[in-house]
Amino acid sequence: MAELKFLVAPEIGKALKEDHPYDLVIVGAGPAGLTAAVYAARKKLDTLLISKDIGGQTLLTSDIENYMGYHYISGKELAAKFEEQVKKYPIDIAVGEEVVSLSKEGDDFLLTTAGGKRVVARSVIVATGKRSRPLNVPGERELVGRGVSYCAVCDAPLFAGKDVVVIGAGNSGATAVVDLIKIANRIYVVDIMPGWRADPVLVERIAAAGEKVETFFAHEVVRILGDERVEGIVIRPRGGGEEVELKVQGVFIEIGLIPNSDLAKGFLELNEAGEIVVDCRCRTSVPGVFAAGDVTDVPEKQVIIAAGEGAKAALSAYAYLIGQRR
Amino acid sequence: MALLDDHVREEVKRELAGLPGAVKLLVFTQEFECDYCAETRSLAEELSELSDRIEVEVHDLLGSKAVAEVYGIDKIPAIVVLGEGDRDYGIRFFGVPAGYEFSSLLEAIKMAASGDSGLSPEAKEALAGLKNPVHIQVFVTLTCPYCPMAVQLAHRCAVESELVRADMIEASEFPHLANRYGVYAVPKVVMNERVSFEGALPEKAFVDYLLAAGS
Repeated sequence: MAELKFLVAPEIGKALKEDHPYDLVIVGAGPAGLTAAVYAARKKLDTLLISKDIGGQTLLTSDIENYMGYHYISGKELAAKFEEQVKKYPIDIAVGEEVVSLSKEGDDFLLTTAGGKRVVARSVIVATGKRSRPLNVPGERELVGRGVSYCAVCDAPLFAGKDVVVIGAGNSGATAVVDLIKIANRIYVVDIMPGWRADPVLVERIAAAGEKVETFFAHEVVRILGDERVEGIVIRPRGGGEEVELKVQGVFIEIGLIPNSDLAKGFLELNEAGEIVVDCRCRTSVPGVFAAGDVTDVPEKQVIIAAGEGAKAALSAYAYLIGQRR
Repeated sequence: MALLDDHVREEVKRELAGLPGAVKLLVFTQEFECDYCAETRSLAEELSELSDRIEVEVHDLLGSKAVAEVYGIDKIPAIVVLGEGDRDYGIRFFGVPAGYEFSSLLEAIKMAASGDSGLSPEAKEALAGLKNPVHIQVFVTLTCPYCPMAVQLAHRCAVESELVRADMIEASEFPHLANRYGVYAVPKVVMNERVSFEGALPEKAFVDYLLAAGS
């Protein structure tokens, strides 16, 4: 039986003040947004932190071994520690809210939520992070929630003793494999590249599981099989060759991420990947709007980098607000 | 050994400080305790040590058959969260509310103590028009960060409407139910056996499904 942990999480749906002009609204509460919140609170800015969840992608990572100060910490524990630090300060926190649009309104900015709430801000930090990229193969969309999963840490416990496939041999794919080794019966790994692209420490851990894990490198996914639920997957060698059918009940898709920048489309400059373009002070193409973390074009998506960028964005927002007062 | 460490105990004390009313946790287990039955019972008992407004009553599923029937308890471990004067709002937990779901248990306690669902005025109005009983089952895993949103929303609806009962079900402890309802992703919400969906939806969408299930 697994060791039980108990997490005291934020109150969901805590009220935000509508039509109250906040000095700063931070959208997203991953490492970038949470760090920005601490820096903004210390500058005594009237701040709202608004997000679907607290922790962002950190919550989807079981183990973090490269955030300074901790040799090892689980993603949810690190997120809980971040949150605890934020909650020491008197800022408004609205969890369970998704911001769907951002626009200019007079000298201020207007943000609207999926639930139709309106928030007014004198400055904004977009720290909305990234989400899983779909494979776009036949059967995938139809079988989401029927064996196709984009959240290994959430859904892995549902596949006890089953055969599964992980698509993607980067760090997120390898992390999913490590999680599944403890739970599933047999784990296949498929990637179009010729080998692992994950950190060597993860690859070693997978190698230690022996024959339980079988890799199909330089293979691509043709389609996912099943009507009511996933029954298998068809793959073939890249560049042609015979198709291979693997009988599996679960398909975990870990082939990278796409930025959550929909709210900024047509308002802020985005690069080809859809990431928000920022300068070294986290300024976007619109003065008064800053961005930080994985949603931006800053290279390397890491917790520690996102946190650093969040700090910088808050300090830049503060400098902007001071300049406005003059 | 205590389940909650000192740090978590302090946080819980803060969360539960000033509960406006009494709360009773009915814990259902059995003589030879099932997987996580002992932990569920201990968890409830440890919470009652942290707040003088929380009382715990432990029942044996077979020994207290009549009580189990009154509250519709058909599997264990189970917790029923009752408000002031043993008022049953329809809040149920099946399986141990650990991991992320621990926060759902704390929220349920706060809600039962106040009797306030905390739903928006629009959602309250919509639920007032509900015609028939709705039984919501929210399947979760303890490592799913999005699940508490679905569970807490379901519990809010239960507090708001006398016609709604809402269960958290920890999928890995009840594989037969996970199998029956085809739970391959969490959170999975099943309403009255006729409406089901995956994911943590915003309040309005959730309430719309609920009204459809109760129509």
